[in-house]
Amino acid sequence: MSMTQPTKPGDGAGARMLAGAGWRWYEVLFWLAAIGLFFIFGDFIPGIPTRLMLLSEIISLGLLALSIDLVLGYAGVVTLGQGAFFGLGSYVAGIMAKAGMGAFPLSDPLIGLAAAAAVSGLAGFITSFLVLRGSDLTRLMVTLGVALILAELANQMRWLTGGADGLQGVIMGPVLGQWDFDLWGRTAYLYSLAVLFICFWISRRIVNSTFGLSLKAIKGNALRARAIGVPVNARLIAIYTIAAAIAGVAGALLAQTTQSASPDMIAFHRSADALLILVFGGAGYLYGGLIGAGLFRVMQDVIGGITLQYWQFWLGLVLVLLVLFVRGGVIGLLEGWRDRMTRKGDAP
Amino acid sequence: MSFVLETQGLCKSFGGIIATDNVSFQLPAGARHALIGPNGAGKTTFVNQLTGVLTPTSGKILFQGEDITGWSVRRRATAGIARTFQINQLFADLTPLESVVLAISERENAASEWFKPLGSRADIVDEACALLDTLGIGDVRESRVGALPYGKQRLLEIALALAAKPKLLLLDEPAAGVPESEREQILDVVARLPDSVALVLIEHDMHLVFRFAKTISVLVNGALFCEGTAEEIARDPRVRQVYLGEEDVGHG
Repeated sequence: MSMTQPTKPGDGAGARMLAGAGWRWYEVLFWLAAIGLFFIFGDFIPGIPTRLMLLSEIISLGLLALSIDLVLGYAGVVTLGQGAFFGLGSYVAGIMAKAGMGAFPLSDPLIGLAAAAAVSGLAGFITSFLVLRGSDLTRLMVTLGVALILAELANQMRWLTGGADGLQGVIMGPVLGQWDFDLWGRTAYLYSLAVLFICFWISRRIVNSTFGLSLKAIKGNALRARAIGVPVNARLIAIYTIAAAIAGVAGALLAQTTQSASPDMIAFHRSADALLILVFGGAGYLYGGLIGAGLFRVMQDVIGGITLQYWQFWLGLVLVLLVLFVRGGVIGLLEGWRDRMTRKGDAP
Repeated sequence: MSFVLETQGLCKSFGGIIATDNVSFQLPAGARHALIGPNGAGKTTFVNQLTGVLTPTSGKILFQGEDITGWSVRRRATAGIARTFQINQLFADLTPLESVVLAISERENAASEWFKPLGSRADIVDEACALLDTLGIGDVRESRVGALPYGKQRLLEIALALAAKPKLLLLDEPAAGVPESEREQILDVVARLPDSVALVLIEHDMHLVFRFAKTISVLVNGALFCEGTAEEIARDPRVRQVYLGEEDVGHG
């Protein structure tokens, strides 16, 4: 097989770059499968119990991990505080719906999402200035500190948040004024999946753009990025703000679909879980957080069903093995297989 | 005569150590200038002040007649000051093409575009490909930068700097560490740079210096020791004593 060398400048390079941003068949498959889950676990088939509430929770968790992927996997900013924006979003959506008592506009889910995104995005924008400078360790500590402060505020402001008991009496209005949240979680799942897809689609546009390329450049070498004219700080502020807004949407989804908000949603372990999920699934692919969230919760359920006490032991073991032997988590594992298959196919 | 770059009484001290000592320096348009000096003479400190990485303790830097002393790295880069690094500073996980497309997009102010996919600006991609071809690394433009041979990485260093269409290019030891077999390609590229770019070569390798530089400044202990044409410097007995005598002349 002979390859012809590029003869003129350009020569399809732009087309190949554009093609790199196109949808792959396995991506289409992923989203079709997500829709398929609705029919399998939506109490349509006798004998299969409904698991849509669990699946909705996975979506919310996956969206949180996706938001961490934007800052960590693409821009290289380590954070232990993404859960703060998640919790903030859940409280904003919960408090609004409670105040609206099920009526438009305060209890409208989409308006709640927008408000959560705005408040979390604003909080992200303000705190982004803290992560611009310093090493990874400083960033870990600063993001962790911000998360702890917000969690304690939620705990203390009992009149607003319900304190340790959480927010009681959250009543959501119907989605788009049409579909009420039902006991089986059908509306919850389709609503969550739609929101996830929109956030994912926006994130995908971002990472495949020149803006996204500049984030990878900053992650790779901030010194050089500055020297070729990349406004490093402005880009980091932008992506940190966007990611905080998405985390806020994820939190709002959980609050709206479970019709509650509690200190658990803003607690530190959520940041840690989401980071773990992302590393587990594979950072820097966008899908890593989603796949990681699914496997994480399923493992929690399956292993928890066998040995309730020790499920985290097995989770830890799998995580250690993945990090030690595979670059890029579960997706890295799949990529490695694919590369081996194609190499086998290319061999004469 | 108008100068592309001028410094006036530039001083930089770190605590008690004076790294740049009252340097007043002029660079005419289209210059082929070399900045030489023994190790620790303050060459890199001087360059870092020109590009904005370090702020001078006192003195002024003028670029095309404008005082840029307080400007950020990025503002200077956009204004037309580009540099290469002594040690490769590249984006290991990107391809050469992506790296150069990004640099050109930043120059064109098209890089904050977050909604259009990469490669939708055909003019930018074509320009990037042409630039990589000029530097002789068009064949590896879609490989991972981190996997390229060192010589090709050095060429990409220069490509990234040129992508900004600079008016002033600071080349910090462009051939350092490059194996002999790949050296000539780099020297060739440097020789063919257009006259619209004023060139400052920071170099140890005397062969390279005398091959390309028309004028030379010698920096010793942070201060300008002497300046002149390449022939004058080559003949100057003081330079021989201070610099050439102490240093191993020509590494390659």
